[in-house]
Amino acid sequence: MDTKKHYAPGSHPDLPPPPGTIGIVGWLYKNLFSSVGNSILSVVTILFLYWLVTASAGWFVLDAVVDASSRKECKATNSGACWAVIFKRIGQFVYGFYPQEERWRPDTAFIFLIVAVAPLLYPNLPFRRQLFWFSAVYPAVAYFLICGGIFGLPEVGTNKFGGFMLTMIVGVTGIGASLPIGIALALGRQSRLLSVRVISIAFIEFMRGVPLITLLFVASTMLNYFLPPGTTFNLLLRVLIMVTFFASAYIAEVIRGGIQAIPKGQYEAAAAMGLNYWQTTMLVTLPQAMKISIPGIVNTFIGLYKDTTLVVVIGLLDPLGIGRAALADAKWNGLSTETYLFVALFFFVSCFAMSRYSLWLEHRLNTEHK
Amino acid sequence: MLLQVIVIAAVFGSFGWLISNLVTNFAALNKNFGFDFLFQPAGYDINQRLIEYTNRSTHIRAAVVGLLNTALVAIVGIVLATILGVILGIIRLSNNWLARNVAYWYIEFSRNVPILLHILLWHGIIINTMPHPKKAIAVGDFLFLSNRGLYLPQPIAEVGIAALYLAIVAAFAFVFFFSRYAKKLQSETGRQLPVSMINFIVLISLPLLAFLASGSPVSLDLPALKGFNFRGGMHLMPEFVALTFALSIYTAAFIAEIVRAGILAIHKGQKEAAEALGLRPKRVMSLVILPQARRVIIPPLTSQYLNLTKNSSLAIAIGYMDLVATLGGITLNQTGREIETMLLVMGIYLIISLSISVAMNWYNSSVKLVDR
Repeated sequence: MDTKKHYAPGSHPDLPPPPGTIGIVGWLYKNLFSSVGNSILSVVTILFLYWLVTASAGWFVLDAVVDASSRKECKATNSGACWAVIFKRIGQFVYGFYPQEERWRPDTAFIFLIVAVAPLLYPNLPFRRQLFWFSAVYPAVAYFLICGGIFGLPEVGTNKFGGFMLTMIVGVTGIGASLPIGIALALGRQSRLLSVRVISIAFIEFMRGVPLITLLFVASTMLNYFLPPGTTFNLLLRVLIMVTFFASAYIAEVIRGGIQAIPKGQYEAAAAMGLNYWQTTMLVTLPQAMKISIPGIVNTFIGLYKDTTLVVVIGLLDPLGIGRAALADAKWNGLSTETYLFVALFFFVSCFAMSRYSLWLEHRLNTEHK
Repeated sequence: MLLQVIVIAAVFGSFGWLISNLVTNFAALNKNFGFDFLFQPAGYDINQRLIEYTNRSTHIRAAVVGLLNTALVAIVGIVLATILGVILGIIRLSNNWLARNVAYWYIEFSRNVPILLHILLWHGIIINTMPHPKKAIAVGDFLFLSNRGLYLPQPIAEVGIAALYLAIVAAFAFVFFFSRYAKKLQSETGRQLPVSMINFIVLISLPLLAFLASGSPVSLDLPALKGFNFRGGMHLMPEFVALTFALSIYTAAFIAEIVRAGILAIHKGQKEAAEALGLRPKRVMSLVILPQARRVIIPPLTSQYLNLTKNSSLAIAIGYMDLVATLGGITLNQTGREIETMLLVMGIYLIISLSISVAMNWYNSSVKLVDR
């Protein structure tokens, strides 16, 4: 008997895909073993990962010590990492030498920071307009909260600032202040006025041409020579100004790239509509240029945030400075790997978050057809 | 016009104000401005020097030693970072899921951690966790890694080395002229020669033949453990190793992303059109994708090279004697000439970066797509 069913042409039901192209096997084949070279690469990578995991798991976790009072005690307990150096000094790593009983103030400022920044970052946030008012006054709020001196808050000197708190202060201030200056410089560089253009170019090229560390040296040692005799002003403020100038030069270049990427037709159309320079700039140039340059701006911000570590070279106690101070202590001498890895983790988490945000935004702003 | 005058007046005014303050301050401190200190004996030692230097040499010589150290770390770092970065960038585009993701996480980890931290971390690892010279990690009998740094065999030129140099120059000259000839031949007759194959063979075999024919004029000075440390061979200081390592793995992550973005930036249609014309995959890559990707890749690549050079100034944190550590560090502290030394340091970095950016602008305008 003929068991084969007969189908009218075109009515045969779909057959399942051939085995080996779907499911785990199919995925493995397609992604790891599609050719001889690919298979070798996969095997080598797997062996490498196996070695990495087995070699580091012991040191990082299994043989690590979290509670000890000195390096000696650590080494006597177990052979792995000595995380005790971090746990014993975590307060300093976060706040520097900010007085213990006042530490709620930077905490509050940090929470306010999230509230102030959220409406800038997320366009769909509820009550966005109202929150903008808070963002506008936030710098003053944060300043008085952290430095004190009014409303009965005891004053705290900036020399007490340190740790991740200092990183946040330098980073956030630098980011906030450098964006408007950067936009101004970018417009200045494209300006039709020769003097404005020359000055902008000179400023940008000078700032981009020298290492930040030399600028910080200037801020810390030489600035007094250039001010009227007897003026002193705060080291942290000087550093903030230098960092802001440095970052704004880079932002200016990113935005210039954005401005140059706008097709000529846009300007011609604006001119045909009778818009003047400022109208063209505010309504046509900047909105488009900013959109194009957002990834570059965020990258510059990440760079600035990472560059805040350089303040350690002129003696400010950012997390790296706190770490080095801990290592200079005879009790913890030699635990550099643990200390620096901990600080590295902090920077990785914050910078990675920023770069993810930039990707998300880029995706959102991408109105082009794909 | 009025605006221009105001701007110029404001800028000159503030400069004048700063300089008059400087003059007043200098007068109050009884200091004078001048560069004569550069010709006084430096009086300090530099542990890594590429030219002759003793502590009786002048400050200007110390600065040159520092500048050469900066150049050394920058060049070695750029070469290593480019090799590693290009490999990583290509792996990022591979269709192997595992390798692609390992490269991705490597890139994310190294570029999201500040460079200063990289430098300190590697320096700490070498100084604190590497074994003493007696228990050094040895690769074969010629490479030793210990907490005193890295020891490598040092090639020593002997009589007859000129033949080898000559052969290398000749090989490169051949490659240059042969490539030009092959290109001309192709554009005139359409005939294609296996250029890259022939070039490769000549580049390898010509120096090798010269090397053997002149009786191997290079001998190796191997490092050997004598007493508490190694003698002989080439010694790379821990600071140099840490700095080069940190700079190259940090910059490699950026280069990898640049390479990847450059290749991805080429519109899909270009590849499809090339395939539709019947070009083989290798030719699609070398004739269509890469020439266009190059235009996207080279400008950011150069600025990464520049960044690496500027980042090498962080050497001061671990005591590597580069330009900032010699001229802007010890010389500054010994002579008290903050303004002069910092002006020189900044000036030198400025000259380096401006010349690179002039070259870059020239390149950009030469490859720019022509608009109306």
